[in-house]
Amino acid sequence: MPRARSAPVALNLHLGLVYAFLYGPVAVLMVLSFNRAGMPTAWTGFSLDWYVRLANSPAIISSTVNTLIVAVCSTLIATALGTLLALGVEKRRTSSALDALLFAPMIIPDIVLAIALLSFFTLLELTLGLYSIILSHVVFNIAFVCAVVRTRLKQFDYSIVEASSDLGASDFTTFRRITLPVIFPGVLAGALLAFTLSVDEFIIAYFTSGAGSSSTTLPMRIYSMIRFGVTPEINAMATIVMLFSFVLVFLSQRANRVPSVHQ
Amino acid sequence: MMRQDSVIEVDGVTRRFGSLTAVDGVSLELGEGEFFALLGPSGCGKTTLLRLIAGFEIPDAGRILLDGNDITRLRPNRRPVNLMFQSYALFPHMTVRANIAYGLEMEKRPKDEIRSRVADILAMTELTALADRKPDKLSGGQRQRVALARALVKRPRVLLLDEPLGALDKKLREQMQLELKKLQHELGITFVVVTHDQDEALVMADRIALMKDGVIAQAGSPRELYENPASRFVAGFIGVTNFFEGRAADGGVIVDGHGLLQGTGATGIAAGERVALAVRPERIALSREAGLAGHNAVAGDIADLAYHGQDVNLLVRVDGVDRPVMVRLTAAEEEQGNFQPGQRVWCNWRPEHGRVLKD
Repeated sequence: MPRARSAPVALNLHLGLVYAFLYGPVAVLMVLSFNRAGMPTAWTGFSLDWYVRLANSPAIISSTVNTLIVAVCSTLIATALGTLLALGVEKRRTSSALDALLFAPMIIPDIVLAIALLSFFTLLELTLGLYSIILSHVVFNIAFVCAVVRTRLKQFDYSIVEASSDLGASDFTTFRRITLPVIFPGVLAGALLAFTLSVDEFIIAYFTSGAGSSSTTLPMRIYSMIRFGVTPEINAMATIVMLFSFVLVFLSQRANRVPSVHQ
Repeated sequence: MMRQDSVIEVDGVTRRFGSLTAVDGVSLELGEGEFFALLGPSGCGKTTLLRLIAGFEIPDAGRILLDGNDITRLRPNRRPVNLMFQSYALFPHMTVRANIAYGLEMEKRPKDEIRSRVADILAMTELTALADRKPDKLSGGQRQRVALARALVKRPRVLLLDEPLGALDKKLREQMQLELKKLQHELGITFVVVTHDQDEALVMADRIALMKDGVIAQAGSPRELYENPASRFVAGFIGVTNFFEGRAADGGVIVDGHGLLQGTGATGIAAGERVALAVRPERIALSREAGLAGHNAVAGDIADLAYHGQDVNLLVRVDGVDRPVMVRLTAAEEEQGNFQPGQRVWCNWRPEHGRVLKD
């Protein structure tokens, strides 16, 4: 890659403004979460009170646990199924109709997917709960995992699969020792992305959680708290969730980084 | 090398891909310890034939036998045959040592045996110092040796090599041709090499099968193919040949403007058929004044002269022959004759060095 020349001042300024636009509100929120008074009007000193209060709230703790259960389970299922799907689809001749169907869950508006899933579960007369949120999250996460793994597979040299077979390995051994390790960065990136998406997903969880607070997830909890105004606890909560998501996305990108060619 | 018992027998094998017949009723026998080359232009079916023997393709018709046992439908991981891939297909996430040990681990060999056999093959292929590197830290020649070591460490009955030297530069390729041949001789394993490079096949192989359009045009020793080509295609593919177009006649070919040029090998050709007389450039002698006695002789003008060090190629424009006739002289012969472009000369060759060929 040719070395980029130092960008002109105007371009840098533009970049700065875009970032300010994107992250300004978030930065305000993060700062306020450390404000002693908790009011958005004045800075009254640094404090971790709101975080402490958060940790002492049973409602927050239980919804955090719920969110983690949903995220972990849906990620594991979606990663396994999405990876296998990617392997299968990449082996066939590409058909644009098939591709469109695979991408659809990523671009269908969440509200549509939410209503569809709710109707479907009702039709099957299922009692809703955490597991129906998990199933719903698996639906869109499969699409994301599959897309990420497929990018990795585009540069996969299938002759190593044949070489493994030629050297005496069964199909399963080849998958375990050759294919999976080679595409693993893609699988990991897909899993991290799925996890992130699941953690902060609100609409679908809201529709498919059913009645009762036992299956309330964190975004749903925040939504119900916000009805009485944005409290400083919510700022603290949002800060934690955001940092967490940011770290996961960062790790996901790092994992799937295509090794650059050094001369 | 003498052929003893046959290791692999390919019996009337056909493989089609849609409407294309890649391999069309091919039969072959590969002998114990033989160095065999499958030669041909791209798309002639040589790689498909190799993949059929390796087990990556299943024939639509015919059988493949190994030591007399039918292995036609046996999966690749169950055949005592190994393939060295054209792309080398090294496992990118494993070190050189792990790549080589992989095949023995699949055989569930004891750890000690794996360690010592890997160490032996590393030493043999001069890779010991690179054993802990990953493939992306190796040069092309080193990768090629790893691929070879990985296949050889399993001591296969037959080693299949798909364009093994294709990715190397010319100098390294020539060196590796001799090393492969030496290695094969020491190990006594049957080698089957797929190549499109006729020089490579001539240098390395005990026997060559030249393929065209999914069938074997001719199989035999390099000398047989060079000296006694069965068809015009074979004569043109192996080495350089001059063709004199004409019509078949008793004892040779009648060429417009030159009368009967004598030649041999015209079996199954009817008089009057369109044929060509093939003459190798090194079989032609030049004379200045007139044709030599007891030779076929055609007259022409020297068009060009190319110096190659030990020998010199002259192009002679012969009346009534479209392409200039190539004549190869040793540097000494050329010096003695003092040939210059523009001179009128006679091209002479003995009747037994002309071959009547069709197709």
